[in-house]
Amino acid sequence: MHFEQLKTRISYQTLLLAGFALAASALLGIGDWNTREAIEMRRQEDLKASLAQVIPDELYDNDLLESTVIVPGDGLPNAQETVVYQARKKGRMTAAAFRLTAPDGYSGNIDMVIGIARNDEILGVRVIAHAETPGLGDKIEIAKSDWILSFNGRSLENPTVEQWAVKKDGGEFDQFSGATITPRAVVNAVHRGLLFFDKHCSEIVE
Amino acid sequence: MLLPETYKKLAGEGLWHNNVVFGQNLALCPLLAVTGTATNGLGMGLATLVVLVCSNGLVSLNRHLIPAEVRIPVFVLLIAALVTLVDMTMNAWLHEMHKVLGLFIPLIVTNCAILGRAESYASKNPVVLSLWDGLMMGFGFTLVLVLLGAVREIISSGTLFANASLLLGESLAFLETTLIPDYKGFLLTALPPGGFIALGFIIAGKRLVDRRFAARTIRETAGQALTES
Repeated sequence: MHFEQLKTRISYQTLLLAGFALAASALLGIGDWNTREAIEMRRQEDLKASLAQVIPDELYDNDLLESTVIVPGDGLPNAQETVVYQARKKGRMTAAAFRLTAPDGYSGNIDMVIGIARNDEILGVRVIAHAETPGLGDKIEIAKSDWILSFNGRSLENPTVEQWAVKKDGGEFDQFSGATITPRAVVNAVHRGLLFFDKHCSEIVE
Repeated sequence: MLLPETYKKLAGEGLWHNNVVFGQNLALCPLLAVTGTATNGLGMGLATLVVLVCSNGLVSLNRHLIPAEVRIPVFVLLIAALVTLVDMTMNAWLHEMHKVLGLFIPLIVTNCAILGRAESYASKNPVVLSLWDGLMMGFGFTLVLVLLGAVREIISSGTLFANASLLLGESLAFLETTLIPDYKGFLLTALPPGGFIALGFIIAGKRLVDRRFAARTIRETAGQALTES
């Protein structure tokens, strides 16, 4: 039979599609096999780099990624469970770090990582990913402004519960000119993070 | 025999006359989304270029096998597989760039320019020509992305190719320049509306150049006709 005639047959077309699907799957399988390890390594490097920003070097000598506790995330929105990274120095627990999400940013989620010392004081907060307005809301990034450092040394008692808000809401923390929603979301999320740590302290610090 | 003329014509089509953005007004979503800076534009342009060349090559290679009735699913399958491969490769070895462009890489699948080239060119022409067409179309697209990114970056923050070394390797650090020191910044151009406005000006500029050329050709041919008569 002539090839052009064969091409109009439904069986040929079906087999051809299946063949291409098979070839594409094989190609993707090979690609995944070759890149999986490198991608996992990059992900861990990212995580390590962000954790190192919120827990000072001198507070730990262990591998943060190796020493974790998984806590049910009932205090944090958008999280079924929260992985808490424990910082230890000579086997003694000194601080903990975990990821936080502010779901109520101006545009989408604001992902952060927070480090808290054993005495319940904040060691540092950093924003990992956000989609806030450039030039207005993006001052929450450490690269743009040192606003995020105003959380350092804070705890549940410092300032008081009513003061855990932006100045516009009668609180302690600055908002940005032209952008209140973003800092408000961050302040609330950090406060929730402290409450979470307080509630699960016994599980985290063991 | 393939004449260099064909190649020249294809280059002209891809870079100017039938440019993905200027000529066909396609792929505006990735265009406007990533061109906040010239560096991002360059990264997205190069990723699209790789996918376009590979897809044109594969489609052309298999063009005799593929019946017209099922060609679209086959093209889409090929393009989707290629984009996923590019996505994985970038994530593994160009991680910094992937962090910035990551969201838009999967969107290359929906870049109608790629399916458009497969359908209108690669499925009807030999492999080498199709590769060349993909390369030129990709270059044309990259040029527009970089141009638009550069315009927006200069106006919004007074820099050019900021973070190029971070995204494309230390060897490209020389590209990073601050054109206007102590610039206060002009937010509008960094936001999506600024993208639309800048794109409008660039397309208008292209039309203007085209019209000048057309007017000159008419005058010349008219002049020739006069001298001949």
